Amino acid sequence: MTAIAADLPTSYLTEEHTIASWLLTKDHKRIALLFFASITFFFFIGGIGAMLIRLQLLSPYGLLLQPDMYNRMFTMHGIVMVWFFLIPSIPATLGNFLIPLMIGAHDLAFPRLNLGSWYVFNLSGLFLLYTLFVGGVDTGWTFYTPYSTLFANGHVIGAAVAVFVNGFSSIMTGLNFVVTIHRLRAPGMTWMRLPLFVWAIYAVSIVMLLATPVLAMTLALVALERFMGVGVFDPALGGDPLLFQHMFWFYSHPAVYIMILPAMGVASELIACYARRPVFGYRGMAYAIMGIAVISFFVWAHHMFTAGISVYAAVVFSLMTFFVAVPSAIKVFNWTATLHKGRISFDAPMIYGLGFVGLFTIGGLTGLMLATLPVDVHVHDTYFVIAHFHYIMVGGTVSAFFGGLHFWWPKITGRRYPEMWARGAAILTFLGFNLTFFPQFILGYLGMMRRYYAYPPAFQEWNVLSSAGASILAVAYALPLFYLGWSLLWGERASANPWGATGLEWSTSSPPPKENFARTPVVKAAPYQYNPEDGSFVSQDGVAHA
Amino acid sequence: MQWLPFWPPDASNTAASIDKIFIGELSLSLVILCFVFGMMIVFGVRYRRNSAADRSNLVKKTWHWELTWTTGSLAVFLALFVWGANMYLWLYEPPRHPDLEIYVVAKQWMWKAEHPGGQREINEVHLPVDKVVRLLLTSEDVIHDFFVPAFRVKHDVLPGQYQTLWFKPTETGRFRLECAQYCGTQHAHMIGDIVVQSQADYARWLSQQGVHKSLAQQGEQLFRSFGCSGCHGANSTVHAPSLTGLYGRVVHLQDGTTTTADERYLRDCILLGASHIQVAGYPPIMPSFAGQIGEDDLMKLVAYIQSLSRQQQASP
Repeated sequence: MTAIAADLPTSYLTEEHTIASWLLTKDHKRIALLFFASITFFFFIGGIGAMLIRLQLLSPYGLLLQPDMYNRMFTMHGIVMVWFFLIPSIPATLGNFLIPLMIGAHDLAFPRLNLGSWYVFNLSGLFLLYTLFVGGVDTGWTFYTPYSTLFANGHVIGAAVAVFVNGFSSIMTGLNFVVTIHRLRAPGMTWMRLPLFVWAIYAVSIVMLLATPVLAMTLALVALERFMGVGVFDPALGGDPLLFQHMFWFYSHPAVYIMILPAMGVASELIACYARRPVFGYRGMAYAIMGIAVISFFVWAHHMFTAGISVYAAVVFSLMTFFVAVPSAIKVFNWTATLHKGRISFDAPMIYGLGFVGLFTIGGLTGLMLATLPVDVHVHDTYFVIAHFHYIMVGGTVSAFFGGLHFWWPKITGRRYPEMWARGAAILTFLGFNLTFFPQFILGYLGMMRRYYAYPPAFQEWNVLSSAGASILAVAYALPLFYLGWSLLWGERASANPWGATGLEWSTSSPPPKENFARTPVVKAAPYQYNPEDGSFVSQDGVAHA
Repeated sequence: MQWLPFWPPDASNTAASIDKIFIGELSLSLVILCFVFGMMIVFGVRYRRNSAADRSNLVKKTWHWELTWTTGSLAVFLALFVWGANMYLWLYEPPRHPDLEIYVVAKQWMWKAEHPGGQREINEVHLPVDKVVRLLLTSEDVIHDFFVPAFRVKHDVLPGQYQTLWFKPTETGRFRLECAQYCGTQHAHMIGDIVVQSQADYARWLSQQGVHKSLAQQGEQLFRSFGCSGCHGANSTVHAPSLTGLYGRVVHLQDGTTTTADERYLRDCILLGASHIQVAGYPPIMPSFAGQIGEDDLMKLVAYIQSLSRQQQASP
């Protein structure tokens, strides 16, 4: 191992230093870092929106922002966080960096397409920033018609174009991953030897490929109606407003799984490595990922239980929603069982990973309540729903994203991060998150509506608690920016495999050379061959480590 | 559930039922949460890195465990589904013969309610306690949503069609009415009060509104002024269907299908005319009134046509 590292003088980071070598790179690792810069920028833009929302809701009377401004703020927060952070978050950064490394390939199947995806993403980001600068949009991230087509006075088309273009970045990245995982696996890397992270990215890529075009069609129809008065969704023009909701959620519900599946993959890697134990029920976990991806296409109308769809349709979609909860439950139980007889250490990535499981479980259980038709009739469009999906998408996905970022930080940068700072941030994330969003479940059941810039004074205490939590969460999310930044320059040099993990990505140097591996690795072992009895492990290239 | 802290007021038959299923799921979730968190803590402590706990005989065959929790979850989920679906069908299927029917028109950003007696109010809905109330909802612009947290019921209010919602208030008092579907700038102020009164107080309130004509009577006037009576009237020579007893009946259409003459059907007939809805056995001469009759007047016409059936039911 050290011999391999020694005869590789340069890494992908030091190979070339020109700006062009970054902006025109075809190296998946560099593109991952480019994506990382883009989504970090948008994460903090969306975060500013969140902070303004929480500041506004400190007071029941709506003192900070005017109604129109507040409406634009939560719309911006939603659009930015969903399409410009959460959807690309894990796939375009960690996925981009790790998929070829994990399957023993030298790059993705289509390196130029990969770079193109980043440019398309930034182009869509420019459209979005333009929309924000000229005044924003006030439809909510869901663009419900006929409000968005005939009544909204914001820049709906600008935002729709941004999201439309953004979708192509998703499709390009998804396509690239599907082909790569099918075609470029190293000898011996059978499907049942794939790390669960690869399974998760594979499932997500398929969902991206199949669902995103529907979003593009939907937004094109919105533009057609708003621009040219073609009656599609507005009943005054002979259209059907519910058609929009069906089409929008046909994309946007699977999109929720685009956000959470990669997080599940990351959590599986973290928990197995720090529990020093094989993942409990690997096969079941892989099937559960694929099961979730398939069923995710048949649950969309659970966003419409109160919208006026046929009651029998609602019953069918409720049933499908309970079905999609089964594989999620399997995963939670399997992660928990993976801790059994492990040799567990609580490094920062593990704290994030366990935090993910806890928050995902709360989000999942409240999801069951929402799947239950009469309960949804009461809490639909209240803060109960807001809390539920933040538990999944922020508590779940963002925790896993940060966990994965810390876990693979030594591989990506060649440096160790400061462990105590990172543990502090991980614990703060968990606490701040719960303080922010748990009160919102209570508010929701009490009847506090989402998208209200002012609310009854009786709800103020819970809102103050939630805003207090948000300020803690803001610190927890900003902290890594500083200590990870610090570690880039002064962090301890990382060895090839600092955690003693089994994946192929750890068998090459940290940071990896441009071509990933000096010679194509041959895979001889299943993933997660950790032995908790003595802490030894067998990495996937078949090498036994004491 | 009122003894619980942080519980919203519970003021209708629907609220009691929905609270029951919610409490059931809350308890179940608490058990599962305690189990998952408990296991994580127990394993985390017992199998921490430096502990001397026995790690031999790692579970290799996992499938029977997985089968246990897969079938377990599935069974519990199916039970919840059946419980919920049953209740939803009851909740979202309004009774055929409610004690009271209220017509609600939503627009940016207000609620207009009309009582059968012709009493109108804005951002307030007076209701008698212990009577089954059925709402007929429509919107003049975007999608709104009629939500009363104390009753635990909501329903989207769509432009261009009628939606229905029902409940039976069980407590007197003032309860919040909120718009639950984002509808623009003043969405947060599209709120009102549901005023539930004793039946005597409600009757007194109705009589104090200074209204002389019921909704159906106002509809009858419109029926003449829009010229409907020219064809559908009792003495008409035109071959048009009589509307007496039509509401609630099964109608045979020209294409061989049948439909029930509910509010939606009546509304569609008036707005779309014979070009879209062709009743079997009649010439296609009904004109379209789209764009000529506002939502308020439409509801009056519908109320009038409904009243033609109710008189008939009452008279024999």
